[in-house]
Amino acid sequence: MSESRKVLIDPIVDNNPIMLQVLGICSALAVTTSLLPSLLMCLALTAVAAFSGAAISSIRNHIPNNIRIIVQMTIIASLVIVVDQMLKAYAFETAKQLSVFVGLIITNCIVLGRAEAYAMKNPVGMSFLDGLGNGLGYSAVLIAVAVIRELFGAGSLMGVTIFQKVSEGGWYEPNGMMLLPPSAFFIIGLLIWAVRTVRPAQIEKSEYQIHQVHRTEVL
Amino acid sequence: MSQQPDKPGRSKDSVANTIIVAVGVSLVCSVLVSTAAITLRPTQEANEARFRQTIVLQVAGLYDPDIPVADQFDNIEARIVNLATGEFVDDIDASTFDPIAASNDPATSTALSSSSDIASLRRRENYAPVYLVRENGSLSQVILPVRGKGLWSTLFGYLSVEPDGNTVRGLKFYEHAETPGLGDGIDRPSWQALWPGKQLTNAAGEPQIEVVRGQAPPDSTYQVDGLSGATLTGRGVQNLVRFWTGPEGFGPFLYELGNEQIAMNNRDEESL
Repeated sequence: MSESRKVLIDPIVDNNPIMLQVLGICSALAVTTSLLPSLLMCLALTAVAAFSGAAISSIRNHIPNNIRIIVQMTIIASLVIVVDQMLKAYAFETAKQLSVFVGLIITNCIVLGRAEAYAMKNPVGMSFLDGLGNGLGYSAVLIAVAVIRELFGAGSLMGVTIFQKVSEGGWYEPNGMMLLPPSAFFIIGLLIWAVRTVRPAQIEKSEYQIHQVHRTEVL
Repeated sequence: MSQQPDKPGRSKDSVANTIIVAVGVSLVCSVLVSTAAITLRPTQEANEARFRQTIVLQVAGLYDPDIPVADQFDNIEARIVNLATGEFVDDIDASTFDPIAASNDPATSTALSSSSDIASLRRRENYAPVYLVRENGSLSQVILPVRGKGLWSTLFGYLSVEPDGNTVRGLKFYEHAETPGLGDGIDRPSWQALWPGKQLTNAAGEPQIEVVRGQAPPDSTYQVDGLSGATLTGRGVQNLVRFWTGPEGFGPFLYELGNEQIAMNNRDEESL
């Protein structure tokens, strides 16, 4: 696998920012009650991650060490504002549902994490791909969670009814818990479990060893 | 940085370079942000206006998602009211009138005394728009713009009133920044459904609407259930409704409206 392909594809399953690094959970819990806002959120985050990676990488040799986080934040924040303005202009209704979470991309750990860990050390093109890949990894999890939550919580996908609800004369009794934030925790937990069963290499080594104490042993 | 031994750390980390990078990045970013903000503003404003019209239609119970909002809004008549007298004014164009801008200009607004300023507005515009909805030729409801301080933010919304000038048809907010999950319960349809049928004022014309803590007694005339965890937002809603239906708000207009309705009913009875 070529280096650039690896950088782009790796974060989707093998090195997923949410499932392996457990970053960016906050927005994954908040916006995934339905699919449409989740898609918009994925688009926004992927764009910010990719372009901030490229922008930071392009000036990485000039950024002074002691203000590097501030410089990264300035670039990320500007991109987030641009994305937010564009959503308000072209996807007004859905952007209203996302409310504060578009602005909170600024504090999304994935974006700053990739800027600091990758874009500061790698060339522009690769940093762009790395941001894109991590955005796609985030998107994969968000879309999976949103599909499960909207389908079982509201019986619909993208607002289109799939399971006719009992309240509308159908057969499906919606699972209201799916629309509450804890369900996203459970779904992400189950996804992490599933991926780590398929890819045991992702299982972290425990940081401690359980010491077996026998009844006869004197401590 | 240790990863780049070929670049001497001194020049990159020098004070001069730090200032150059800081200023340069700030300049480029601010140009980017302001360009985006300015070029996209007309589209955003059009969206915002359409959204407000949607809320007006929703509070009137007329909203149909399949018909363009502008077409539906054509059936609603916007008029300007002189708040002090409660009479219609014809020399101001309602479609371009901006009440918020008017309330900031001392020439077109009145300062509120601290005792009457229960909605924490400081100044109130002299003229305000109202939206008249007619069904089969006769007035069926009047929609009033209302606003006031909640817990964190100013709430902006619309209050729909029956032609008697005293019975609530609906209340809906289009802009606020109250606590997500608590105060933003004012947007929940189940809470908004508590409003229709409530009476705004008593026989003496004093605003009586009250958002109580916990549950309002069933069939109460003036009381609405509070939102748990959002006592102050609820109080803000109570105060802004009281303000805008009181003597400093649309009180005189609603009084005139009620009188007209009575006069009209009398005429109808005579003609029978």
